[in-house]
Amino acid sequence: MSLGKLIERLLQLVPVLLGVTLIVFVMMALTPGDPVQIMIGDQTITPEQEEALRRGLGLDRPIVERFFVFLGNAAQGDFGQSFYHRRPVADVISERLPATIELSLVALIVALVTAIPLGVLAAIRKNSIFDKLATVGSLLGVSLPGFWFGILLIMLFAVQWHILPVSGRIGYASEVPTITGFLLIDTLLHGNLPAFWDAVKHLILPAVTLGLPMTAILMRVTRTSMLEVLRQDYVTFADAKGLSRRRVLFRHALKNALIPTVSVAAIETGSLLGGNMIVETVFGWPGLGRLVVESIFLRNYPLVQAAVLLYAVIYVGLNFFADILYTILNPRVKL
Amino acid sequence: MSMAAATPAAADSIFRRNLASFMGNRLALASAVVVLLFVLMAIFAPLIAPQDPYETDLFRRLQPPAWVEGGEWGYLLGCDALGRDIFSRIIYGARISIFVGLTVIVLATGIGIVAGLAAGYLRGWVDVVISRVVDILLGFPYLIFAIGLMAMMGPGLGNIILALAYKEWVIPARVVRGETLAVRELEYVEAARALGASPRHIMLREILPNILSPVVVVSTIRMANVIILEASLSFLGLGVQPPTASWGSMVSDGRAFILEAWWVSTFPGLAILLLVLAINVASQGLRDAFDPRFHE
Repeated sequence: MSLGKLIERLLQLVPVLLGVTLIVFVMMALTPGDPVQIMIGDQTITPEQEEALRRGLGLDRPIVERFFVFLGNAAQGDFGQSFYHRRPVADVISERLPATIELSLVALIVALVTAIPLGVLAAIRKNSIFDKLATVGSLLGVSLPGFWFGILLIMLFAVQWHILPVSGRIGYASEVPTITGFLLIDTLLHGNLPAFWDAVKHLILPAVTLGLPMTAILMRVTRTSMLEVLRQDYVTFADAKGLSRRRVLFRHALKNALIPTVSVAAIETGSLLGGNMIVETVFGWPGLGRLVVESIFLRNYPLVQAAVLLYAVIYVGLNFFADILYTILNPRVKL
Repeated sequence: MSMAAATPAAADSIFRRNLASFMGNRLALASAVVVLLFVLMAIFAPLIAPQDPYETDLFRRLQPPAWVEGGEWGYLLGCDALGRDIFSRIIYGARISIFVGLTVIVLATGIGIVAGLAAGYLRGWVDVVISRVVDILLGFPYLIFAIGLMAMMGPGLGNIILALAYKEWVIPARVVRGETLAVRELEYVEAARALGASPRHIMLREILPNILSPVVVVSTIRMANVIILEASLSFLGLGVQPPTASWGSMVSDGRAFILEAWWVSTFPGLAILLLVLAINVASQGLRDAFDPRFHE
């Protein structure tokens, strides 16, 4: 893909991002309840103080002007104060973000590592009992409500068998001072292997719950595209040349079959963002998703606003990345 | 039947062939029957439910299912923390899931058809505006968009339907736009134009009947997703408010008791799984039978 095309695609993102920001702004502007009243809570202040607060927040200005101020501030990462934490929203979010990213990445890895081999196997053994089981499994995977599956896993692995912890990111005894915010990395940097293992154990159930629908989808995609590739002339030719089955499958077929899998994985990573809210709530995972859900009930709107916008920007970015990745991997496709 | 009237024998026989193909798919047919049973259960809930789903009885607090020691056959799946019959609440909960699923899909498909036809047939600025709005809405992860809207509008049945429909229409709209673009230059549309038919007539009478089956297929597939989203919102406490029985909030209620009463969360979740799975299998069968691209 030429640089010109890439820039053109990037420019196309601008109206989308502006639109997304506008929607998020309008959503919160229309939310019933006066932000100043919410901030004041049950404290008593004079009308003058209230007026000053209102002016300080820019709420006395016309709504169009407020949008542009919001846009300008958002571009600089300034989302105002979190009513509840009484600190800048951006600080609160950036504290919670590593936990969410860590969980999402592990879920993504879990999905890729299970979906690709299963999808390939299902394609090679098309119509076998394994293939049929894989089909049923993937249907179950997309039909299971994540919040229920998570609770089921907790009941079995934590409550019944005591193999894995019920909730949280790490046990109190294993906590280590924060360096990167990513516990798998921090525990290793401190050379604390038992703590690392503890963090891994805390990750397993949430990551499996979060990654399950993605695993199901990626398995179907891999199976379909592998079947497609196996029908291609060059695979028949490689077979005819007398190359070993293993070599044909892994060197010739798989490389091409994985193109759709990788692109779909990039798109589906975006849907992990929504899943995070549910999974973090079920497993008491101290990430951004749970923070947003809590903030809704606390009517901590600046935080909800910033988080929804952040999620949307990441989502748009991931879809863009998926498009680009697809063209790079598959030169026949023109953007 | 207007479709059959428009192009008499041909459309009728294709429809019959597709229907026969769907009927031949036993798994899909069985799943369709399961979906139908859920719908009947929702409609006739007051006649089927063995107990009053709202009647609390603290003597039955966390009573186990009938086959477990301490259970009673009148309370098949046990009772929740307020002593309410879980089985009866699941039967009533089907009403919320199915009502939300159907209403959102009907609303979204209606809006999507109008928007998609207009964008695909009229082109020009109409297409630019609609496609931009679609792009922007696609920029939000679904659940996060719905959560944002629910935070703004507050919980409640009507608001859930709105929050989901605001984004859901984008999917049928894209399908309809694509299909319309594909058929707008075909001879029969050309012919209608030449005869002086109005754009409205062409869109609704000529194009729509011919692109309807992929739209219906996509809508049924999406219904499963909408039901899970409703349950997820209710689970988070942003959906239908207590004491109304909804499967998502029932699972949530049981979370506090997973140590001593596994049944409170397990059965409502199983109901969601069963309904969603049945819709998924049935709609895949519909797709295989009615979407020509899946005819081998």
